[in-house]
Amino acid sequence: MSEMDDTFKDNVLEVENLNVEFSTYGGVVQAVRGVNFSVGRGETLAIVGESGCGKSVTVQSIMGLLPTPPGKITAGEARLRGNNILNLPAKEANKFRGVEIGMIFQDPMTSLNPTMTIGDQISETLMVHRHLSYSDASAKAVALLEKTRIPEAKKRAAQYPFEFSGGMLQRAMIAQSLACNPSVLIADEPTTALDVTIQAQILELMSELQKTEDMSIILITHDLAVVAKMADRVAVMYAGQIVEMGTVDEIFYESAHPYTMGLKEAMPSNRKDRAKKLTPIEGSPPDLFSPPAGCGYFARCPHAMALCETKQSEEFILTSSSSHFSKCWLQHPEAPKTDGLFQVGDDDAG
Amino acid sequence: MLVRTEGLKKYFKVGRDQMLHAVDGISLGIEQNEILGLVGESGSGKSTFGKTLIGLHPRTGGKAYYEEQEIPAKFSAADHLAYSKNLQMIFQDPYSSLNPRMTVLDIVGEGLHIQGQHTKSQIKEEVATWLAQVGLNADHMSRYPHEFSGGQRQRIGIARAMIIKPKFVVCDEPISALDVSVQAQVINLLDDLKNSLGLTLLFIAHDLSMVRYVSDRMAVMYLGTVVECGPSDEVFFNPQHPYTKLLIESNPEPDPKAERARQHASIKGEITSPINMGPGCRFADRCPSATARCSVENPKTKHISDQHSVTCNLFD
Repeated sequence: MSEMDDTFKDNVLEVENLNVEFSTYGGVVQAVRGVNFSVGRGETLAIVGESGCGKSVTVQSIMGLLPTPPGKITAGEARLRGNNILNLPAKEANKFRGVEIGMIFQDPMTSLNPTMTIGDQISETLMVHRHLSYSDASAKAVALLEKTRIPEAKKRAAQYPFEFSGGMLQRAMIAQSLACNPSVLIADEPTTALDVTIQAQILELMSELQKTEDMSIILITHDLAVVAKMADRVAVMYAGQIVEMGTVDEIFYESAHPYTMGLKEAMPSNRKDRAKKLTPIEGSPPDLFSPPAGCGYFARCPHAMALCETKQSEEFILTSSSSHFSKCWLQHPEAPKTDGLFQVGDDDAG
Repeated sequence: MLVRTEGLKKYFKVGRDQMLHAVDGISLGIEQNEILGLVGESGSGKSTFGKTLIGLHPRTGGKAYYEEQEIPAKFSAADHLAYSKNLQMIFQDPYSSLNPRMTVLDIVGEGLHIQGQHTKSQIKEEVATWLAQVGLNADHMSRYPHEFSGGQRQRIGIARAMIIKPKFVVCDEPISALDVSVQAQVINLLDDLKNSLGLTLLFIAHDLSMVRYVSDRMAVMYLGTVVECGPSDEVFFNPQHPYTKLLIESNPEPDPKAERARQHASIKGEITSPINMGPGCRFADRCPSATARCSVENPKTKHISDQHSVTCNLFD
């Protein structure tokens, strides 16, 4: 029992064997295929991957935001402090979503209600979940806007979303998600629509609030530079599965999955000695109507072996700390050595 | 200089007595077979500059030259036909820039069709060649845009611009809607085409690392003006203008150790509205080094080296 209590203390949220399908006219899309991860208290976990890899679907399932139908969670659990929160009826789900787990979205312009003032939208959260009176909730909304450093918060609270710039809207959405002091903040591509200068402001605001509010953050992004800036741990997703997971340093400096490596090499470096050519990942992700029997990355992988086509790799744990795993046959003790990739037994090389 | 502007201006009327100064006096030149990168925040006027340069917007003031011949301020239908042979554009959004009711053959071949110097079968042949060049299959010709992914659509957009064999192409954020792995594919394709066809490109983007990687020279825009211009590596590693410095400091890099070591000095505030702007430096209200003089006096452009120029009052 005491052991379980400890688990709750460390991991605020645990996701186990999550499987999500979408029924479409063309057939069933297996969008998420057996995803496992956990988020520790005060930790930032980044989930990285290309469009269509299932990263947004994963967090939408956790939040109970999956459109059902066509979406359907076919297996798995997500536990918030030990209690499963998947497939709950809306009434039950509303006890935690927006309360214990806050969420911000990529496009603040379409995520906020254009017909309500910013202040009223934040107050609504407080009135529904915390049963505050309108006047108390409005006062708290202004305080929340101040917390996210919106200048002239009182005046701004009475304005509508169209009167806000993109960066200010993202601040307002953060203010709203913080209204009930959530222990987990899910940020789905929070800065993708913003300029670098505003991105830097928003990311710094998120890091600061994470400390003062003692929150865990799940950051969904496709931008490795944002990951490097924000994440403690990283999960790399491809074709509905987590193919590599580890601390941010392990993922960047000891990349063990060819896909992680491919993503890194496709980005321009900021070093002075620039390589002449970027190395794109050729081809495109597999069709998830009928996911491949073997590794999803097989068709694009420069190191693919015959085995990869037919059999999925297990998750090979790489370091003495069990934090780093890669779902790739190259990590099998009998696999050939590969230049550039971190493999088991490379501990000294790193 | 293949393409050159002198004090190019483009204002939009946005209401009674309200003028939006989208591009406000830009002088830039682009050499033959060069890639000039243009960076800046949204709302700084990058796209408007690109479009005005090739005649998609009539210009309000200033001059633009192609091969040292002045480009008309307002294009007639005949001008469009004449200039589109040499000046082309690749658009940002591969979803809205392709007509959903036209097949790929019609989209890519439309330019040749309008110029009227090719038969139908010649056009078909050319389209097939270009689809292959940009890494698509000639069998894709009879398909519609919705059948393609974002990266593939961007390739269709590139084929549409290149089939005319233009000399100068404005690439307006060609990669910002694409995934990282696909971005590299498109960048390499543009680079190959530049080398094989001797193209000259204006590469507009807000991703500083990518612009520095792609371009020979880089110009930084802020509220309709160019604040700094020079060789890409020089601007990137030795920025002079306070805005460029802050922009480069805000640009994260995919390296956790470098990110932890970074001094956090994010730029304050947001870009202001370019409507009815008064005198003074446009960046004065956000600039950490601004003095009283900056809000009244327009800064002049100074050359700090042969190719590197800065427009800032600090450099007098």
